[in-house]
Amino acid sequence: MLEDLIYPSWHWSVSGAAIALILFLLTIAGRSFGVSTTFRNICGLVGAGKKNDFFTFNPSEDSWRMFFMGGAIIGGFLAGVVFPNPYAVGLNYDTMVALEKMGIVYPDADSLGHGFFPDEYFRWDSLKAWIIALSGGFLIGFGSRYADGCTSGHAITGLSHFQLPSLLTVIGFFIGGLLMTHFLMPLIL
Amino acid sequence: MTKSEALSWFRIFEMFRFESFHMYGIIGTAVILGAIIISMMKIFKVRVAGGGVVDYNSLPLNMKRHLISGTIFGLGWALVGACPGPMFVLAGNGYFFILVVIAGAVFGTYIYGLIRNRLPH
Repeated sequence: MLEDLIYPSWHWSVSGAAIALILFLLTIAGRSFGVSTTFRNICGLVGAGKKNDFFTFNPSEDSWRMFFMGGAIIGGFLAGVVFPNPYAVGLNYDTMVALEKMGIVYPDADSLGHGFFPDEYFRWDSLKAWIIALSGGFLIGFGSRYADGCTSGHAITGLSHFQLPSLLTVIGFFIGGLLMTHFLMPLIL
Repeated sequence: MTKSEALSWFRIFEMFRFESFHMYGIIGTAVILGAIIISMMKIFKVRVAGGGVVDYNSLPLNMKRHLISGTIFGLGWALVGACPGPMFVLAGNGYFFILVVIAGAVFGTYIYGLIRNRLPH
């Protein structure tokens, strides 16, 4: 019985409710739910705070994010390695066709078979993969800090507080995402 | 994240092609429940740790900044198929190449910190 619950994938509403629960718990703990600040804290921890107080790591304010990051890694390990779903993500057929045109065969592109990440494309020995990963990460890091938040900070927390700046930022997320997916990725990949 | 497949690079690609409701269901459920929870906490003046009630430091409204910064983030989000939270979950799942993306994100954050005084906010 428990095995039937813990191995297969869960309905999207369960995940949505879990995210709302995280928002509630962090809010009642007097914190603001937002993951991208973790990158800023990492900058601080490796010493960037000495020259630039934007990165100063304040243990009483910032430590929880390191535990949150650790928790996310452990959660991923439990859900994907200890109790893995035997079936790959059930992707839309049209999506698979579009991927194949770019040279990404689904689900074979994921060596672990989950349909989580195309690690057969993003390989350690591919210079192109390194460039894409580093520049994509750069855009995320730079963009989220300039926006003062990412999907969790704006799309979840900001919208839950009915913030107009967050709504505009989320619209920006989709402008960028749609441009990349429909026009740039077929050229890049 | 793992069990609902929200960490999947392929799910993000599918979402931006509007070929599945899945991701919109996750985000929509989270926002609707989140808005109800936050509103209730404000109405009933629930006290939070550290003293006081729920408050939010609103950003000054600057349409250009929000749209431009959001677009920069969105370009990266679609390309590497993961936003910050799922990156760490992917690492836990054993997809260690995502560490390269995380390194890029830390570097991008660092560069923002260096030049932020010159950007319109």
